[in-house]
Amino acid sequence: MAPPAQTHRSPSPSQPSGKGEVSDLKMQLRQLAGSRAPGTDDAKRELFKKVISCMTIGIDVSSVFSEMVMCSATSDIVLKKMCYLYVGNYAKHNPDLALLTINFLQRDCKDEDPMIRGLALRSLCSLRVTNLVEYLVDPLGAGLKDSNSYVRTVAAMGVLKLYHISESTCMDADFPATLKHLMLNDREAQVVANCLCALQEIWGLEATKSEEASTERESLLSKPLIYYLLNRFKEFSEWAQCAILDLVSKYVPSDSNEIFDMMNLLEDRLQHANGAVVLATIKLFLQLTLSMADIHQQVYERIKAPLLTLVSSGGPEQSYAVLSHLHLLVMRAPYIFSADYKHFYCQYNEPFYVKKLKLEMLTAVANESNTYEIVTELCEYAANVDIPMARESIRAVGKIALQQYDVNAIVDRLLQFLEMEKDHVTAETLVLVKDLLRKYPQWSHDCIAVVGNISSKNVQEPKAKAALIWMLGEYAQDMQDAPYILESLIENWEEEHSAEVRLHLLTAVVKCFFRRPPETQKALGAALAAGVNDFHQDVHDRALLYYRLLQYNVSIAERVVNPPKQAVSVFADTQSNEIKDRIFDEFNSLSVVYQKPSYMFTDKEHRGPFAFSEEIGNLSLGEESTDNVAPAQRIEANDKDLLLSTSDKEESKGSIHNSSAYSAPGYDGSLAALSQTDLVSLDYKPTPNVPSATFAIDDLLGLGLPAAASPPAPPPVLKLNTKAALEPNAFQQKWRQLPISLSQETSISPEGVATLISPQTLIHHMQGHSIHCIASGGQAPNFKFFFYAQKAEEPSTYLVECVVNSSSCKVQLKVKADDQSTSQAFSELFQSALSKFGFS
Amino acid sequence: MISQFFVLSQRGDSIVFRDYRGDVPKGSAEIFFRKVKFWKEDGGEEAPPVFNVDGVNYFHVKVVGLLFVATSRTNLSPSLVLELLQRIARVIKDYLGVLNEDSLRKNFVLVYELLDEVVDFGYVQTTSTEILKSYIFNEPIMIDAGRLPPLGPAAMFMQGSKRMPGTAITKSVVANEPGGRKREEIFVDIIEKISITFSSSGYILTSEIDGTIQMKSYLTGNPEIRLALNEDLGIGRAGGRSAYDYGGSAGSGAVVLDDCNFHESVQLDSFDVDRTLTLVPPDGEFPVMNYRITQEFKPPFRINTLIEEAGSLKAEVILKIRAEFPSDITANTILVQMPLPTYTSRVSFELEPGTVGQTTDFKESNKRLEWNLKKVVGGSDHTLRAKLTFSQESHGNITKEAGPVSMTFTIPMYNPSRLQVKYLQIAKKSKTYNPYRWVRYVTQANSYVARI
Repeated sequence: MAPPAQTHRSPSPSQPSGKGEVSDLKMQLRQLAGSRAPGTDDAKRELFKKVISCMTIGIDVSSVFSEMVMCSATSDIVLKKMCYLYVGNYAKHNPDLALLTINFLQRDCKDEDPMIRGLALRSLCSLRVTNLVEYLVDPLGAGLKDSNSYVRTVAAMGVLKLYHISESTCMDADFPATLKHLMLNDREAQVVANCLCALQEIWGLEATKSEEASTERESLLSKPLIYYLLNRFKEFSEWAQCAILDLVSKYVPSDSNEIFDMMNLLEDRLQHANGAVVLATIKLFLQLTLSMADIHQQVYERIKAPLLTLVSSGGPEQSYAVLSHLHLLVMRAPYIFSADYKHFYCQYNEPFYVKKLKLEMLTAVANESNTYEIVTELCEYAANVDIPMARESIRAVGKIALQQYDVNAIVDRLLQFLEMEKDHVTAETLVLVKDLLRKYPQWSHDCIAVVGNISSKNVQEPKAKAALIWMLGEYAQDMQDAPYILESLIENWEEEHSAEVRLHLLTAVVKCFFRRPPETQKALGAALAAGVNDFHQDVHDRALLYYRLLQYNVSIAERVVNPPKQAVSVFADTQSNEIKDRIFDEFNSLSVVYQKPSYMFTDKEHRGPFAFSEEIGNLSLGEESTDNVAPAQRIEANDKDLLLSTSDKEESKGSIHNSSAYSAPGYDGSLAALSQTDLVSLDYKPTPNVPSATFAIDDLLGLGLPAAASPPAPPPVLKLNTKAALEPNAFQQKWRQLPISLSQETSISPEGVATLISPQTLIHHMQGHSIHCIASGGQAPNFKFFFYAQKAEEPSTYLVECVVNSSSCKVQLKVKADDQSTSQAFSELFQSALSKFGFS
Repeated sequence: MISQFFVLSQRGDSIVFRDYRGDVPKGSAEIFFRKVKFWKEDGGEEAPPVFNVDGVNYFHVKVVGLLFVATSRTNLSPSLVLELLQRIARVIKDYLGVLNEDSLRKNFVLVYELLDEVVDFGYVQTTSTEILKSYIFNEPIMIDAGRLPPLGPAAMFMQGSKRMPGTAITKSVVANEPGGRKREEIFVDIIEKISITFSSSGYILTSEIDGTIQMKSYLTGNPEIRLALNEDLGIGRAGGRSAYDYGGSAGSGAVVLDDCNFHESVQLDSFDVDRTLTLVPPDGEFPVMNYRITQEFKPPFRINTLIEEAGSLKAEVILKIRAEFPSDITANTILVQMPLPTYTSRVSFELEPGTVGQTTDFKESNKRLEWNLKKVVGGSDHTLRAKLTFSQESHGNITKEAGPVSMTFTIPMYNPSRLQVKYLQIAKKSKTYNPYRWVRYVTQANSYVARI
């Protein structure tokens, strides 16, 4: 599609270029600066336009800065605006010259025309020059109190700009407090919205530094504020509504009445023509109902039609953004969408990225009742002239086959693909047939009959070739010609460029040898000789391994190379459930489009006001109602219940890529990994009578050994690492992953309560006992802490949620641990440390 | 919040460039353009509207061949940014009358003025053409609309149709008519995009109508407007049945929408009772209502394809299209396309004797047959015979190597859904106040495909 690169750009007539022009402009500006002749403004406008035009296309016109400023003494608002634009662009890199503009900007901030006041204030705040911030404070203060709402909206944003230039100046002038006041009282909705945005950003960033700011940040999620915003909801512009909906989706309502009130109030937002409003509303509805499985499901039903309408109205770009979200929902709850599969049929003129999403959705929603039609449709695409599309479609058919119960008809379809005699179709299909056989070995008879007819000369793609060779080796006894086909392939060893194919060839020929030794012996000899001399390390090593094994004992070699296999029941998923949940939590954001959680593509400082330890923030909110302990977890559990039936299916999503990596690893140059996976997983399966292996896997999964398996040894004295360190992200991740190993209620001494004036005191105390705090919050009498600690000798971590009620002296502990067998010991250690609080 | 906004020409030049937050490194426009132009990821050849390069998120929409781009470092709502970009384009069009590279270049100062007010420090302030009016001081510099390629679905009304004043579509909301007075008028367009897939036996596999009621108001003083639709209009299909359950309802005559959504200015108080929309239309162009219909409808065109092999190196394709709409209606700019087997080397065409306004072509590069028809009158049918010559022997089944046949067309004054604006009432200011009202219908093919 992409035409050849156009390195040469012909300058269009309206785009001046070159240095001469800039000095020319400078001269002309100078001439006009002092002139009061009629028509001067028109002449200035033309010149200013030229300057801005240069600026746009990237020519540096900063050298005319002083002339521009001189010319800006005018009452012409169009000129003023151009001048402001220019100044805003260059001030940052010319701080000295920027000083020149302060005077006239400050004067304009006091103009009688509110438009001029607003414009000047905006420009003043946009200079981005650190040593000029002192000039901003007064005009900003005045702007926030201005009688005109336009000026106030500009001023609210101005405070945020000031914060980004100089945090201390902004905080010292106590602007956030003023913003808060405005937010709660201003008549003009846009002023309120701007204050909200500014405060979210400022407190979000400050929260990492001060306790106070983090309390303020949480106050944005307080019930009165949320209700205040919702009551005025209709006054806000659609964009501000999005921001408010986003905020509300982080609020944790105290009971279901609250939830229903909100949903009833916002129900009509689902009919909005602006997709952003609809998605923000959907996010809120999904979040609100997480803990109510049946309502949650109703929400899915309710949002289906609006989402489908958004997908088909509007531009292709917006449609794609909505479709990505629909895709996420379909993947989570395919059964809800299974009757709507026709909406996911591809249109011939859609871009590939849309078709790909749709194919995945079709794959996900396939069930007993619609599979036939879906597969029929997919087969149409497979015959498509668009090759990438044809490939994806075949893969989709394969995925459906791997997740379906009635494979019968699908296998026939796949085998028909092989008869189409299109190389790319044959290649994709071979890979799929191989995966199918690994899951449904009972189909081998039908498949092998067709596969046997394929001439290996027509298969060129390494993955497909490897698959074919695997089948030749695996089903050597059923394929008449297997030894001879392998032999001819080995004869062309030198021409085979793919190491992956050569590896498979070695294995296949050895397997074939075990079954039909007389016919294969010659080929085996040739293959081992070629393999041992291969320049590729893995091929060489494998050939040598086989050679020595065979030399040592043929029957042992057979047990190693070709043990009896169990059919694969579920192919591993490419994405963990945890990541998927994470993406779901970040609904209505780029995470959904990229299919990655935000921490994978944004740097910390840009994660947005609430993203930092968001979950912990959410958890600590629950403390206001004491019965609402760790709502997020309960929610998660419920959500899983609802979607339980889907998780099995999800497991097999992406199995194709995965499985091909499994049995025929993509050659990517990482030699060690390559040979290892292949050998271990394809040819050598750990069986239950190899206990060490099983245990190792359990350990890897973090399950630990069941206590019954090994009688508990007397717990050793637990020592903690004094310099333990854990990233907030890692903490969150662990907190999500690990089960609660211990939940206890204990108490805190009255002396301790007395010392607990602020959370800080306890944090310091625990630190003295090598137990570190990662987040804390709350006000008397309820405090909540998240602590962590690490074992001294090994990197094994303990996580603690600790809720202290200072009026009842009660403490609730929840301990999670990497090594659960020691969590009791740790808990005792923790409690003994806690009991000393207030006495030291 | 967004960091930057810019508009790039097809060649990659910045036409306007506004940096709101200064947190994205220089050169983002170049990085973006290179990425889009040479996109090659995930097997696709077209860059998706949103992607990330080195921690910077790039959002873009294509409008009349221009790229409207926003960048951001934060994890924003993609819908919000893409919708915003589209709105910015619409607002600019409202002000300039015509949106294209030329008008943007001539009016870039005005565009900067708009951008300053639409977004502040990356946060959207307003995208209402109406509200923006009080902040905008530049006069648009009009460009000659006559020699412009038509833009957007409504633009087809400009083409020679006597019923419409062609200039209205390209009129700026702020510029005055030459006479000094603005003409009081309002346009309501019912635009329906239809998608149909026919099976090889001519059976309808899927069909959908995506409709929009679009409004463009040039009324002074923002009077209230009432828009009445079919009284028996139904919304939402009964029960949990699939939207594709054809049957009973199709023949009964009532128009049933699967779903619809509305512009925020629309009051729905009486909609449930008498299917009337009440609104105070803001200035500029906006969709009053979007709707979606999967109810069965009569396809305007039937396509018949016949492939006959004539020896191992030759075949004949016979394409027949039949216009199944009333004879007082004429479809225009019809294009029929069909991919042919990759080993097709030559094609000779044979049109019916005496046809005018039809052209045929064989696109060598992508082996595609193209048949252009300027006009098709309702009730007529047209046939094209194409004789193919192959460079190698076919594998036997040519139907698997060719097709499907797709069509694009525009049919003015026709809408397959039968949704109608029964009346358009404008709250009267005085007896003499009688603005022009234009209610127009148009149908376009979105994805119109017949498998062979």
